[in-house]
Amino acid sequence: MNCADAEIMLHALIDGELDAGHARDVEAHVATCPACAAELKTFRAMRATMAAANLKEAAPAHLRSRIEAALAVPAARVSAPRPSWFASMRESWKNFFGGFAVGTALSAAVAASLVIAVVRNDQNQQIASDIVSAHLRSLQAGHLTDVETSDQHTVKPWFNGKLDVAPPVIDLTAQGFTLIGGRLDYINGQPVASIVYHRRKHVINLFVGEPLGAAVHGVKNETVQGFNIRHWSEGGLDLWAVSDIDAGELDEFGQKFTAALHAPGPS
Amino acid sequence: MLAPLQQPTSAVSWMAERGTMAGDANDEHDKARRFRDAALPHLDDVYALARYLMRNAADAEDTVQECYLRALRHFDSYRGPAMKPWLLAILRNVCNAEFARRGRQETELADDEEAEATPPIWQEPQASPETALLRQQDGDTIRRLVAALPQPFREAIVMREINDLSYNEIAEVAGVPVGTVMSRLARARAMLRSAWTVAEGAAP
Repeated sequence: MNCADAEIMLHALIDGELDAGHARDVEAHVATCPACAAELKTFRAMRATMAAANLKEAAPAHLRSRIEAALAVPAARVSAPRPSWFASMRESWKNFFGGFAVGTALSAAVAASLVIAVVRNDQNQQIASDIVSAHLRSLQAGHLTDVETSDQHTVKPWFNGKLDVAPPVIDLTAQGFTLIGGRLDYINGQPVASIVYHRRKHVINLFVGEPLGAAVHGVKNETVQGFNIRHWSEGGLDLWAVSDIDAGELDEFGQKFTAALHAPGPS
Repeated sequence: MLAPLQQPTSAVSWMAERGTMAGDANDEHDKARRFRDAALPHLDDVYALARYLMRNAADAEDTVQECYLRALRHFDSYRGPAMKPWLLAILRNVCNAEFARRGRQETELADDEEAEATPPIWQEPQASPETALLRQQDGDTIRRLVAALPQPFREAIVMREINDLSYNEIAEVAGVPVGTVMSRLARARAMLRSAWTVAEGAAP
């Protein structure tokens, strides 16, 4: 092998792209050629420096949400009746305000409460979409769990000092939902615990935190971007289970969680 | 009394309630979800390449979004196995189309034979032992040096060092033989080294 060949091929060597035979040839040449040996050393150093410099700029969060929203369009497209829903809402607002047309203090108060209701609804929507985003993020490689264990007595103390609340961590393996770990996440700018379960190949994220948005009475189920969310509360904490398993199974998960939480005996 | 203000029921559950869930709507939905699961984890990689191809953040964001929408449309014909090079190839086409649309003089992404034939504008590296001691450059400087490389070399080095693709995958994305990838990478690194040496001289 001459220097001209080696000059090109030493890059393939650095990149681990040469088969054993060619790698031996290049190495043999480099062993007898100080110039090529220096080249190899330089480019190895350069490659290491580039790797250490972390040149990959992460996609900005707003781009991620923009794309997530754009990809949800096929689902949104079938929601054609939305304008009529909107129209009917506008209609009932009109009727509603019509009744209070004489500017009494009462109408102002009612208007204020309506505004609050609307704002809260927006906030709830924001929370639901935050939950789906957090769930999607968690599915990406290496994001699912900060503490990975099926032992609830390891997961629970892990949250100590990371949150102001002590989330209930329950192993539901016997009920068909395998505890696989926990993670700290953020919903609507607030830290929440995420307890991660597997159902067959599917992931369930159970977010537990202090109440956000409007109080939930009983159980609230919704579907956002194809993911099911079950929202309920336990002992002053809000819980949101989110997964791509079907709503019935997610409901079963919630019920078993609640039953296990309130079951007597050591937990 | 606030009933009308309740959140709009989501599209899917609304359809289900009405019992009009069309099979194809369901399929579409399922496809979009499978696509998201497969493609979103590569967003940082796609964005990184877009940054270096388009050279500014706003254009990069637009092309990345277009890439994902296009990829979703063609997801049916995706046969694997590697998602990342597939997405990067689509991104590259989107960027190509964008440059064509703008009618840029510099035919940026065209497989520029000329660029390969032209002697480098960089000084030829002197292969002397002292060049082995490249100073550690900070990330911003390296990014700037990479961004200044002519297109075929820039994309090769970005796909190799930043996207971590194999030579075969780079060849697939760029639509050139593996041998060309190897020589482009060699040239790219040689140019980068020269620029690096110059930057070093300029550094305080």
